[in-house]
Amino acid sequence: MSISGKAAIAGVYEHPTRWAPDATEFQIMAESARGALADAGLTLADVDGLFAASMTMGAMGMIELAEYLNVKPDYIDGTNVGGSSFVAHVTHAAAAINAGLCEVALVLYGSTAASSSVAIGTGMSHGNRGAHESFTSPYGLTTVGSYALVARLHMERYGTTPEQLAEIAVTMRRHAGLNPAAKMRAPITVDDVLSSRMISDPLHLLDCCIISDGGGAIVVTSTERARDLRQTPVLVLGCGEAVAHPEIGSPDLLTVAGAQSGARAFGMAGVRPADIDLAMVYDSFTITVLATLENLGFCARGEGGDFVSGGRIGLGGELPVNPDGGGLSNNHPGMRGIFLVIEAAKQLRGECGDRQVAGARLAVAHGTGGTLGVSHSGATLVLGVA
Amino acid sequence: MADLQHPLVYASWETRGYWEGAGRGELVLQRCDACGTVQHKPRAICASCMADAPRSFVASGRGTVYTYTVTHQNQLPPFAAACPYVMAYVELDEGPRLLTHIVGCDPADVRIGMPVVVDFQPQERTDGEVFAVPRFRPA
Repeated sequence: MSISGKAAIAGVYEHPTRWAPDATEFQIMAESARGALADAGLTLADVDGLFAASMTMGAMGMIELAEYLNVKPDYIDGTNVGGSSFVAHVTHAAAAINAGLCEVALVLYGSTAASSSVAIGTGMSHGNRGAHESFTSPYGLTTVGSYALVARLHMERYGTTPEQLAEIAVTMRRHAGLNPAAKMRAPITVDDVLSSRMISDPLHLLDCCIISDGGGAIVVTSTERARDLRQTPVLVLGCGEAVAHPEIGSPDLLTVAGAQSGARAFGMAGVRPADIDLAMVYDSFTITVLATLENLGFCARGEGGDFVSGGRIGLGGELPVNPDGGGLSNNHPGMRGIFLVIEAAKQLRGECGDRQVAGARLAVAHGTGGTLGVSHSGATLVLGVA
Repeated sequence: MADLQHPLVYASWETRGYWEGAGRGELVLQRCDACGTVQHKPRAICASCMADAPRSFVASGRGTVYTYTVTHQNQLPPFAAACPYVMAYVELDEGPRLLTHIVGCDPADVRIGMPVVVDFQPQERTDGEVFAVPRFRPA
């Protein structure tokens, strides 16, 4: 039995802060929860499912969050698969709602990654004892480096150029210029990207997402209930999740988790990539966008470089990607997945002003979590309005 | 590039054989007696058929560069002072890929497909363990 279309996003809120030295993660989550519930026309008393993840929540994090919010939910999900977690949370919420385990699910994220000086890309230690870290920490693999391994291979195999990757960053910055809340709004050129300092070859500084503070919230409920609430329901039409880890059997490093999660999400929704009006793609780095678009099937393998060129992924193009400016220019408080869903919902509700994708009815949100070239998660949603 | 002393490695019960092998100058992989799968990273069961106790063996130490990146920025010591250094996946002749460094050449000369051979850096430790870190250099 498919759950396609049976759950809907009823409310969303993107916290406006990009710099919050005096806030805590839970405070940003709570303020976001207030915003999303107001958007939906609900209150905290309606919430019976709690979903969250963050950079610092540990084994007891969900209990501490419930205490902070003063809620006693019937359903709790603290799945943390990195930045894609919140895309997966919406899937899990849709399943739980459809199974009758909860009715109103609240998905939360909050972070002070920037004001806490968390050097996510090139200075974050995960310790040296884990099954994974004990083999990466002796070598100093950075987050940027793990994505650069994929970029280098793509360039070698398909002739993808630094200019093509740079065009992704330029497009995201152009979009951010249309988003008053975005952190980085001044236009950049391909030359700006290529002349920014090299972080991990072939990825330059401007191939990398920014680091901000921020957070957000999503309210998911049954489509039936959502129809009686304030906003146009944004239907969860398809969903999928996956992990990819390229060591045993040495599979192709350019086949990322999105190939598996995307096929499942499109299959459930009964639509094809060509039907999609806009894509929200986790843009931790420019290569993440290129690899994701190929693996979701928006273009053939190896054609990503051409696909992202010529304005095709810009507003007004064939497939607008991240009209909010993405993690490259709008916000990236450590784990960005929640904003993919929030912006997709706002776009489908037609409330995005200067950056609105005209007539958007179908959107894809795809999150990547972890380190693309080593091991990572992927979560895909196909969302639509009736 | 400053000469990098790799951070002290941590060996668990499952990975001790790998690091001890490196300490002897041997690159140790595992092969499953039941299904023949060669695996890395080391673990207590075969990742292909779930049989117990894959057998350790000494690999050739030869392979080719599958992909690489020249790290220009890492804020963590001791890597900050060692930039630029070359992170790479080396595809071993036995099949598995190893995340490692390419040393012994100009970073600008590293190429995908380049034949490489293992090169061990012994660790200076005070805990009595004799471990080393496998890196690779042009063959």
